[in-house]
Amino acid sequence: MSMLSSTVSVTRYLVEDKIKGPLIETITQGLKKNTITDIDNEDMEKSVGWTSFNEPFKPDFEGSSFIIDNFFVFSLRIDRKKVPSKIIQKHYLQAISKRLSSTGKQYLSRNEKAEIKEDVIQRLTKTIPATPNVYDLLWNYEASSLTFFSNQKAANEELETLFGKSFELSLIRLFPYTTAEFAAGLTDDQRDVLGKLSPFSFME
Amino acid sequence: MIDVSVAYNRYKFLGYEFLTWLWYTIENDFDLLQKSDDKIVTFEIGNRIVLENRRNDAVETITIKGDDAGLEEGLLALKKGAVVTEINLAYKSGELEWFFTLKGESLNLSNLKLPATGPVETKDDIEGALIEKASLYDMLFDFIDRLFTEFITIRVSDDWKKGVGIQIKSWILR
Repeated sequence: MSMLSSTVSVTRYLVEDKIKGPLIETITQGLKKNTITDIDNEDMEKSVGWTSFNEPFKPDFEGSSFIIDNFFVFSLRIDRKKVPSKIIQKHYLQAISKRLSSTGKQYLSRNEKAEIKEDVIQRLTKTIPATPNVYDLLWNYEASSLTFFSNQKAANEELETLFGKSFELSLIRLFPYTTAEFAAGLTDDQRDVLGKLSPFSFME
Repeated sequence: MIDVSVAYNRYKFLGYEFLTWLWYTIENDFDLLQKSDDKIVTFEIGNRIVLENRRNDAVETITIKGDDAGLEEGLLALKKGAVVTEINLAYKSGELEWFFTLKGESLNLSNLKLPATGPVETKDDIEGALIEKASLYDMLFDFIDRLFTEFITIRVSDDWKKGVGIQIKSWILR
């Protein structure tokens, strides 16, 4: 989802720790090493990586192009291919029939069938284009905050994994407990009470 | 700190209580909202509120929507033990106005509409628009954070059980 859209969904994060080493170079390297790989014409089902905010289908992190004002701005791209099960079934049955007639066998073993199915899925996966999904993010390094423009569970999980792998930093998702623990400025005593809280009944 | 996924589930109720407190505060304590933003003009329940009632392992979801939605129905659900899980809000500060839905368990924002910004007609406009929007996101996040801090500070104090919690109960059961 683009952060420039008229309506957006937002998940907020706290970035734990700071980059060790030169900041811009380290971020640039993390982005370059984990740039999205195109899987059209490949037999891969999924590809996850960073891409440019301005040009999501032409990633380029040269020249600090991802720095705008005091933010790092780039996007997570997830490309997926999903061959419909009915198409797989059709090609699978055709391949079984072809194998039976070419070998003169009456039936195929379970292993042979599994192998044929895998070949069929690989062949079909290679022929279909991937569906891309792009999710923008806004990282305020100084404030240790990151705004991710999606609420989708899968997209958030991919972000957390890739971010850790790319920059060796952890993202803490800001939900009620973590917001109270890390962002509300509570004292140690207040945090002790927080840990022991249980739901309050508005009924009795 | 406890495991994040455990914390998410164990303390979901804090988000539901925050939304209930927010609703109560909107209806009854504008001064407190002004403490979080001295330029606040309005802060109102928008066109949707979702409540959930869990009884005997069955979950009943009550969705009240529409611009003229009667919130009495929501209060009735609260009386029966429901919690507020999602709330649509309209916030105006000075000349600027935001519309958004806040989800209790995650504090995620959805259907977020910012105040109008300049048009993006060329590639060069993008950078300016982005900076402008980033500042508008920050203004809203700061406001929500101040409200949440206000709530959680009361929630972990004795003032909750003896004061604010009782006042919310009375408001619900009136």
